[in-house]
Amino acid sequence: MTQLLETPPEPREQRLAPGSAVRRPWATWVMGGVVIVVLAYLVISPLVYLVWRGLTTGQGFGLGNIAKAYSVPGTPEMLLNSVLFASGSAFVSCVTGTALAFFCVRSNAPLKPLLYAASIVPLIVPGILYTISWVYLIGGNVGVFQKMFAGIGLGFLIPDAFSLPGMVIIDGLHLSPLVFLLMYAAFRSTDPSLEESAMMSGATVPQTVRRVTLPLVRPALLGAVLIMVVRGLESFETPAVLGMPSGTWVFTSRIYDALHTYPIRYDQASIYSLTLLLITALGLLLVQYMNRRSERFQTVTGKGFRPRTMDLGKWRWPVSIGFMFYFLIAVVSPMLILLWMSLLPFYQTPGIEPLGSLTFSNYAELFETRGVTDSVKNSVILALTSATAVMLFTAIISWMVLKSKFKGRKLLDLLASFPLAMPGLVLGVALIFIYLRSPLPIYGTLVILFIAYVTRYLPYGMRYSASSLAQVGAELEESAKMSGATWRDTFRRIVLPLMAPGLVAGWIYVVVVSVRELSSSILLYSQNTRVMSVTIWEFWQNGQTGVLAALGVCMVVVLMALVAAAYKLGAKIGVREA
Amino acid sequence: MLEVSGLCKGFRDESQQGRVNAVDEVSFTVKEGSFFTMLGPSGCGKTTTLRCIAGLEKPDKGDITVDGKVLFSSSKGISVAANLRNLGMVFQSYAIWPHMNVFDNVAFPLCVGARRRTSKSEVKQRVERALDVVGLGHLAGRYATKLSGGQQQRLALARALVIEPAVLLLDEPLSNLDAKLRESLRFELKRLQREQGITTVYVTHDQAEALSMSNEIAVMREGRISQIGNPFSVYLEPENDFVADFVGLTNFLKGVVTQHSGRGGTVRTADGTLIVDNIVDLADGEECVVSIRPEQIQVMADTTPSGPNMFSGTVVTRLFTGDCMDYQIRVGNDTIRCRTPASQRYSTGKPITLSLPAEYCIALRRNTIGESSERTTIST
Repeated sequence: MTQLLETPPEPREQRLAPGSAVRRPWATWVMGGVVIVVLAYLVISPLVYLVWRGLTTGQGFGLGNIAKAYSVPGTPEMLLNSVLFASGSAFVSCVTGTALAFFCVRSNAPLKPLLYAASIVPLIVPGILYTISWVYLIGGNVGVFQKMFAGIGLGFLIPDAFSLPGMVIIDGLHLSPLVFLLMYAAFRSTDPSLEESAMMSGATVPQTVRRVTLPLVRPALLGAVLIMVVRGLESFETPAVLGMPSGTWVFTSRIYDALHTYPIRYDQASIYSLTLLLITALGLLLVQYMNRRSERFQTVTGKGFRPRTMDLGKWRWPVSIGFMFYFLIAVVSPMLILLWMSLLPFYQTPGIEPLGSLTFSNYAELFETRGVTDSVKNSVILALTSATAVMLFTAIISWMVLKSKFKGRKLLDLLASFPLAMPGLVLGVALIFIYLRSPLPIYGTLVILFIAYVTRYLPYGMRYSASSLAQVGAELEESAKMSGATWRDTFRRIVLPLMAPGLVAGWIYVVVVSVRELSSSILLYSQNTRVMSVTIWEFWQNGQTGVLAALGVCMVVVLMALVAAAYKLGAKIGVREA
Repeated sequence: MLEVSGLCKGFRDESQQGRVNAVDEVSFTVKEGSFFTMLGPSGCGKTTTLRCIAGLEKPDKGDITVDGKVLFSSSKGISVAANLRNLGMVFQSYAIWPHMNVFDNVAFPLCVGARRRTSKSEVKQRVERALDVVGLGHLAGRYATKLSGGQQQRLALARALVIEPAVLLLDEPLSNLDAKLRESLRFELKRLQREQGITTVYVTHDQAEALSMSNEIAVMREGRISQIGNPFSVYLEPENDFVADFVGLTNFLKGVVTQHSGRGGTVRTADGTLIVDNIVDLADGEECVVSIRPEQIQVMADTTPSGPNMFSGTVVTRLFTGDCMDYQIRVGNDTIRCRTPASQRYSTGKPITLSLPAEYCIALRRNTIGESSERTTIST
């Protein structure tokens, strides 16, 4: 992939006399071909291997594996749990995310910046850390909240982390920032004058919200619900940390289990992977279909309306306090408990007494524990290389999709967006199948992780590249062409610089999600290629919670700094553009 | 200098599932140093023609030659890429690169493609010269996005001129400016064009721009050239009712040609007989429309018509537009627009007499305008 991007500049051609044949279409064709081949390799080969593996038994092709996989004891429970878990966490995330977004955009509730922060932070914290910190908040006999409420006789109010309700809440809270972002955009881009005219017609605020605002964002909301259900099905961290010990199995944990307990059942893993893939692909297709249909009455134009706020009247403060509470529960307490854990040699329930034993020894131990520094190094290398590769690659793809007249451009778009439907665990399974037998010495190296990350994050890179490229007017390129610039000149000196803010933002995003990535890495790492999230997972398995928390705190701090830098940078570039 | 012949360009039409010809057999020649304008309503193919000349669209058929060099020829299979044509172009949106300052924007054409080896000092010299020509020399270091609309327009012009193009192509360069600025830039553009002696192809839908700046105008409609000629002939001697209607404001009176005498003759209308000095391509007994411009109609206070081409009517509406009075006057079943100096005022409902001078009346074939297009006057 990097090779593609570093394609040596074509030999400087002899000055073409006007009238001679043109070289540009030829160059685009070659580039288009190369891009398609690479994309197809990244996206299609996992599918092919997965299907092939799932449908071959000892006797050749057949459906035997399917029957076998679904006759494993506990399968009905697993299916039911998957559905309950996914829809439950979608419910939690959609309700909280939409409410947050609504009050953040459309109300005059005080403390709005805090709301915004509350809604973003869980997005930055790796899922594995978020889940583990919740174990210490509401888990069985260690949970702080658990103990607090039990102390006043209300223990039944707090669900156990190691149960389906607990998993639903934790996963839902972790995913709610995604809903927040989707709905934030939807609320922002509806024309406030539509609401104002409802008010002028005599409607009260609740009536306006119910009759005008919500119907207007209904397409976005439905889309968000579907996306969240899909994400719930793909979710690995919560089912792995909380579900496996308590026997609450879902698809992802079953796949992991099939590959990690003896005897290894590749067939079962591939059948479950295929099922999961089918469901997620269908779900996302449905989202696409709905979005296409809704464009018709879309009030969500690209126009930047100045969002007008509604007066909440006497509800201003109650609403704010409610969200303050949410902020404390969903953001502050998990982070605090993580910090607390990292400062104690062994875990004790927070209180006055253990204060005396606070120490930084866990942080010091990070440097001594075997493999930690290596995993940090691996994570950094992978994040930087895959983010760079993804952004450069998608910059070219999105140019071909949006700006060229290249025939296969629709296909390119489809290929580059497809990994969105591919759960990380499924991709991991497929890559195992490909490279376990491949003569290429890729299995067990960082390259296989690199391939996984690049494939997984192509759609995200695509989104950033395409949206920033869409803002580059065609005339800006055409005027470069009229100035005598070749395609390469135009791309390098006009298109890329104008896309830069979007590319940088996308780059940082990919870095952040690569560092958090666990569900592919967990299947693909080897002794020498551990990454940070895998190390945390191993600490958890070994019960080394102190070091785990110390590493987690460092990770969160660095990720937050990165995101803050991205915002700053975005703002700065944005200002220069204005 | 610039020769376009038999140019055709079709686009796939999504709604009709066929190809529509955006440009249909367009041919014209632009003389060295002259200012040529393509004028027409939106969708008439003027911008597509310009983009074909620029090389941004590939024509289906035809030939484009500049200075004897073939840029495009479907029969010889030649198509020179846009970046090798050495043409300058100013876009409707100006297409100023927002990530560069004024100097870099103008220097860009000298630093890329075939001109990439231009020496630093020459670049500097040529950029400064181009900026001085358009009067932006003092703003060289400023960020391009910090310029006003008029300045951006001039910057785009400087960037197009810096390569000393064989032909300068302008795609509605004034349409994004407010009215006042637009008028003052008309003068400036015309002055620049004449001083630099650049062969210019200009595209606009604004007839005032076309009439005021051009040496020659091609009025386009539905992909074809409807009339081609100098501004006076296009305005004063339209060859069909589309041109009469699109260029300036006009009245149409329906009638039948009754008699020929020389170029002119008489036309019978519902309100009486009209003597016209110009009958375009019509035989006796054929249906026609007589076109006459509002400002050429004389309005008189007398109530009794006292000669040929005179009609009595009443003022229906009058508008004061500052420099003149605009009237709608009912004559029989027709409503006629006319215009008088602001000093000559008639109140609403007042009976008056109109005189339609024969030398300004032109009889044209009826109904070459599509039914959908608006007319200034509805005649019965």
